[in-house]
Amino acid sequence: MTLSLLFQHIVNALSLGSLYALIAIGYTMVYGILRLINFAHGDVFMLGAYVAFYGITLVSLPWWAALLVAIVFTALFGIGLERVAYRPLRDSPRISIMISAIGASFLLESLGVLIFGGRPKGMPVPEVLSNVIHFGPVSMIVISLIIPLFTFALLAVLLWIVHKTKTGMAMRAVATDIEAARLMAVDVNKIVSFTFGVGSLLAAFGGIMWSFKYPQLNPLMGVMPGLKCFIAAVIGGIGSIGGAVLGGFLLGIIEIMTVAFLPTLSGYRDAFAFILLIVVLLVKPTGLLGKRQAEKV
Amino acid sequence: MKKAVGIVLLAFGIAALFIACGPAAPKTVKFGVFEPLTGANAGGGALEVEGIKLANELYPTVKVGDKEYKIELVIADNKSDKVEAANAAQRLVDKDKVNVVLGSWGSSLSMAAGPIVKNAKVSAIGLSCTNPLVTKDNEYYFRVCFIDPFQGTVMANYAFKNLSAKKAVIIREVSNDYSVGLAKFFADAFKKLTGDENAILAELNYNTGDTDFSAQLTEVKKFKPDVIFAPGNYTESALIIKQAKELGIKTPFLGGDTWETPEFIDVGKQAVEGVVFSTFFATETPITDTSKVFLDAYRKKYNKEPAAVTALGFDGYLVALDAIQRAGSLDKEKVRAAIAATKDYPGATGMITLNEDGDAVKSAVIKTVKDGKFVYMATVEPY
Repeated sequence: MTLSLLFQHIVNALSLGSLYALIAIGYTMVYGILRLINFAHGDVFMLGAYVAFYGITLVSLPWWAALLVAIVFTALFGIGLERVAYRPLRDSPRISIMISAIGASFLLESLGVLIFGGRPKGMPVPEVLSNVIHFGPVSMIVISLIIPLFTFALLAVLLWIVHKTKTGMAMRAVATDIEAARLMAVDVNKIVSFTFGVGSLLAAFGGIMWSFKYPQLNPLMGVMPGLKCFIAAVIGGIGSIGGAVLGGFLLGIIEIMTVAFLPTLSGYRDAFAFILLIVVLLVKPTGLLGKRQAEKV
Repeated sequence: MKKAVGIVLLAFGIAALFIACGPAAPKTVKFGVFEPLTGANAGGGALEVEGIKLANELYPTVKVGDKEYKIELVIADNKSDKVEAANAAQRLVDKDKVNVVLGSWGSSLSMAAGPIVKNAKVSAIGLSCTNPLVTKDNEYYFRVCFIDPFQGTVMANYAFKNLSAKKAVIIREVSNDYSVGLAKFFADAFKKLTGDENAILAELNYNTGDTDFSAQLTEVKKFKPDVIFAPGNYTESALIIKQAKELGIKTPFLGGDTWETPEFIDVGKQAVEGVVFSTFFATETPITDTSKVFLDAYRKKYNKEPAAVTALGFDGYLVALDAIQRAGSLDKEKVRAAIAATKDYPGATGMITLNEDGDAVKSAVIKTVKDGKFVYMATVEPY
């Protein structure tokens, strides 16, 4: 393999990995607070992409306005979803809330098929984002460069919120013990809503970036990215924001390098992602950056 | 007294129910439409359903013996999924008790229904599924299109003669029987034409539903082929071609009939301009009187040009209708025999004669994408 090809593979891997990282953050945040694997995360991702699509095509908004509208709408939707599907079950056994999440996921997918139609749609990609830039023999589109920048910017903002603000302190308190946090006068409902809002916002942003990079929308588009990013979050240590980013990049690199070095096995790249998950769970069950926590009873 | 009247009334009621549900002859003939209407292949399925529905509007009845029956379409969504496809087919033959099954877009989906229609002895007519295995060893599965050994050879010929290509790379959708089969037939024909056992530099794989192909395409760059053959589902193919352009790959792309859906252009946009693929029918060259009937009706109803698979949907319906009329019976065996005996039936896509495998032997059409539209290039007769 020549050096320029290797660089191209690395660029591809980083650009895919940053997208995974972006979506994995949302998973990990919700899990960190509620110990809930939000299976509907991938479908919220789909919803964000569709809202942006209709913003651009139906209302003919400029793409950045459509992006903002979609993000705000999806964040509010995420808050509503938590209120309807998760909050009433917060004191039930954890399995109930998980099943409710699976139900919410199927509901959103089916509604997507009914409302948006089962046929795929082509996302109109703004030209500024789809231009090709060349660095010598290595080429990529603008969006592939923007996504990692945003991922790191969002990572910094989130870490700042969680560790430096009062809301963040409340979030950490809720994550440690909901009852104790409530006794300390933390408005648990508000904190959970906030977390869901931010998680859904990230899902929507990820969904729109995804559809700018791979301009194809369908109601099940969130399923595979949802699974992959869940893997990324688990590999990194679910609940840890830095871990989600690390896991996302790791997953992207493994997927691309599988094809690069073992081209005959390129059909098995998804399998490699799942094998990685199993290996990490066997060797380090808490994930790479996860902390061991005593199970709350 | 009141009670007695009640009982009498009840008795009448029950009797009436029995009469209504008595073993009366079925009033309709049912055509099961077995197509993907959601999921990855929904675009293709919708195009075929358009053709079937149009045929149903123009020819809504069938004469069996001297009785005229209305034809009812029972539409089952196979969800672009092999497991769901088996369920949908089972439902059509068991619950809906259809007389004939039409479909499905996608060879894998049709193959999933194969054993089910065979066990139920219900005849099925594939419309655009081109993998040879769909009808092989299944006397109940037929099709109104050509098969992939022919299609692969057509595209290999195009690559060798029109593009003077000597080396090719294949990118295939490894979970799709259609794609794997067509890629193999292309490879065989291309090696034969070039006389070079190593004419295929690499075969790269991806899975249905994948969106990122940058790694495979970076590999393609290494091989510097003269042509890339990438048969597969339309959205994945469009994304492959788009990402290839982004990586600076200028090699021409060739594909198969599945590319001819509006979604292919919708997703690929400028990137798919100039790609070349084989398909079944071109509106520019109407072949039979039925072609004209079909084209006029379609243009009037939808105000656009039909896709080839829509014409095949139309033809599949007509072949089934014609066979039932010739059989003069709804007996499963007689219907099967009548479909198998289809000879020189003038369909919209040309004369349809089914060979001993139940496959139609027909010419192929080569099309390209120009200014966001599918444009006719050439017709290739069967060898």
